[in-house]
Amino acid sequence: MQFIRPVLHSQVCTSARPSARQFLQKLGKSCSFSLNSSSTRLYSTEFFPINDELYGLTDEQKQLRQTIFQFCQKELAPKAQQIDAENDFKDIKKFWRQCGELGLLGVTAPTEYGGLGASYLDHAIVMEEMSRACAAVALSYGAHSNLCVNQIVRHGTDEQKSRYLPKLISGEWIGALAMSEPNAGSDVVSMTMRADKQSDGSYVLNGSKFWITNGPDADVIVVYAKTKPEAGAHGITTFLVERDSPGFSCSRKLDKLGMRGSNTGELVFDGVRVPADRVMGRLDGGVYVLMSGLDIERLLLSAGPLGIMQAACDTAFQYAHIRKAFGQSIGQFQLLQGKMADMYCRLTSGRCYVYSVTRALAQGSRQPMDCAGVILKCAEDATQSALDAIQILGGNGYINEYPAGRLLRDAKLYEIGAGTSEVRRLVIGRAINNIYKS
Amino acid sequence: YIHIINKADMAASKGLKILVGCKRVIDYAVKVRVKPDRSGVVTEGVKHSMNPFDEIAVEEAVRMKEKKLAGEAVAISVGPPQSQETLRTALAMGIDRAIHVEIPLAQLEKLQPIHVSKLLAKVCESEKPDLVILGKQAIDDDCNQTGQMLAALLDWPQATFASKIEPSQDSKQLRVTREVDGGLETIDVSVPAVVTSDLRLNEPRYATLPNIMKAKKKPLAKMSPDQLGVDLQPRQEVISVEDPPVRKAGAKVESVEDLVGKLREKGLVK
Repeated sequence: MQFIRPVLHSQVCTSARPSARQFLQKLGKSCSFSLNSSSTRLYSTEFFPINDELYGLTDEQKQLRQTIFQFCQKELAPKAQQIDAENDFKDIKKFWRQCGELGLLGVTAPTEYGGLGASYLDHAIVMEEMSRACAAVALSYGAHSNLCVNQIVRHGTDEQKSRYLPKLISGEWIGALAMSEPNAGSDVVSMTMRADKQSDGSYVLNGSKFWITNGPDADVIVVYAKTKPEAGAHGITTFLVERDSPGFSCSRKLDKLGMRGSNTGELVFDGVRVPADRVMGRLDGGVYVLMSGLDIERLLLSAGPLGIMQAACDTAFQYAHIRKAFGQSIGQFQLLQGKMADMYCRLTSGRCYVYSVTRALAQGSRQPMDCAGVILKCAEDATQSALDAIQILGGNGYINEYPAGRLLRDAKLYEIGAGTSEVRRLVIGRAINNIYKS
Repeated sequence: YIHIINKADMAASKGLKILVGCKRVIDYAVKVRVKPDRSGVVTEGVKHSMNPFDEIAVEEAVRMKEKKLAGEAVAISVGPPQSQETLRTALAMGIDRAIHVEIPLAQLEKLQPIHVSKLLAKVCESEKPDLVILGKQAIDDDCNQTGQMLAALLDWPQATFASKIEPSQDSKQLRVTREVDGGLETIDVSVPAVVTSDLRLNEPRYATLPNIMKAKKKPLAKMSPDQLGVDLQPRQEVISVEDPPVRKAGAKVESVEDLVGKLREKGLVK
């Protein structure tokens, strides 16, 4: 395959924007504001602007986006390529601490436990900007802050909240949630992990969980197991399991197509004893915790593909206006104008849908139909936009020095995790059927 | 009219009162374009943010409060209505209250450091701060004049290009380390004084969401140049603004002799 490297003045597509500090350092003591076009690295519009006026965000939310954008672009984006290449985020503990200091790990948690007591929309904005910088780390963040922390906030007893939330929110601990099993993905309620009650009131867990985000690193895990296997869906109970429990182990870290750096593991529970006061919610009532949690999970995680779509626009639109062919920048050719228009409309309409549903949820209205709808739409659109980004970058989209390929591999996960697109369609279809049930 | 600031002046009795200047400038990452009529650069619809050196000044004021060296920190910005956003950022970083000297759009383009320093001097007369911290220069005009002019107008000592601010040995003055061409210079200044911040003074914090939310409740007072009795007549006229010439390709030479030969050819060396 023959292709020519573009004569860019800098590797604009691969490196993150330098911080204000680096900018000042480069200009030196006799600071002169140079309009010299050869220093495109410092002055080019590396990011496709977001018009927050469209979404009815409050001033605080606009400032929040600015803050998280700056934080993630400085602390996370420069490492994204390496994290993907190594399938490991070595600085995760340091990053978690930094997130903890900014309150990001407990956006929706009450302030008494160190949380921000803020809304799902605020949480979605954080998730979106983090995903824009590095989708893999954002996925781990989402699993920690929503799947684990938020479930404890919603269903934990005061004692459980006091025991687990402070360290999860400060970033000292990493959280995870385990429901899927090697033989139970879409059909998660057919899970076979058992939780057998002992004479002293505690439970002994036996079984394994699969595809668990943060599994290899988690200190605290929300685990679903069958206390009454014969009752099917209504025999599930939710447990809080700690990493150092005897019999618990992460047998392996999975080698994935994308979201590399978001450590995913197989968890083995070999006679793990869980005290009675680690049961979360009602005994045998775990399916309610699971299903309602899934709705919120889908909603919050849909900000993940939004961030990927934004990153696709950031990369591709800039490239299209720098890369020249046939005497002009390729972004001015109609076929690419069309592609960029499609990418833009998917991104903007996706944002409107996600923000609307998060607002409704914040007001107390949870619609399973729309929670499934947002992630269904955004995930499929993100895959398509990532494909378009690769196409716009042409030969360069196909090499791993440029981020477009990683965006595609990361985007694809969102069509599968938190309920496959097929299951999401079933949820919506059945909900519509219900409306017409006589 | 001037909003009356909350009379219950909190901890102002203890520690220094600091006034911090913030300027709203075109964001450092934006590709600046010269207007077709060459009268200036395009600002309409362009992303703006707080001057990076002012962020450092704000951060220093907040840190001095945290160290209990300062009791109250007030941010001030001279600019268009949108300067309020810049002030909100300062408030979200930990500043107690803000003052906005609003400049009508017509006079904005012709506003120069001499005017800003006069406005700030007037505000200092009523606010009576112990310390004014400004960014050493703004990244749009690179003037590096406001701090120095302000100190002269107030007849206060100045310590520019500060890379460290701490109490002096006897705690009666401020000991400021300055970055100068020859290295670092340490001086003691008595308060009240004007200090301008340089890059290595500190690394500014990120505004956290709780602070962003709290910022909305903090007082933001508006003033006009007329109320302050400052005349904004421009002293300079901008004749034209142009792009710098496109950089021409250079040439590589193999030896020092070649280099000297080339310099002679171009008449740059006899």
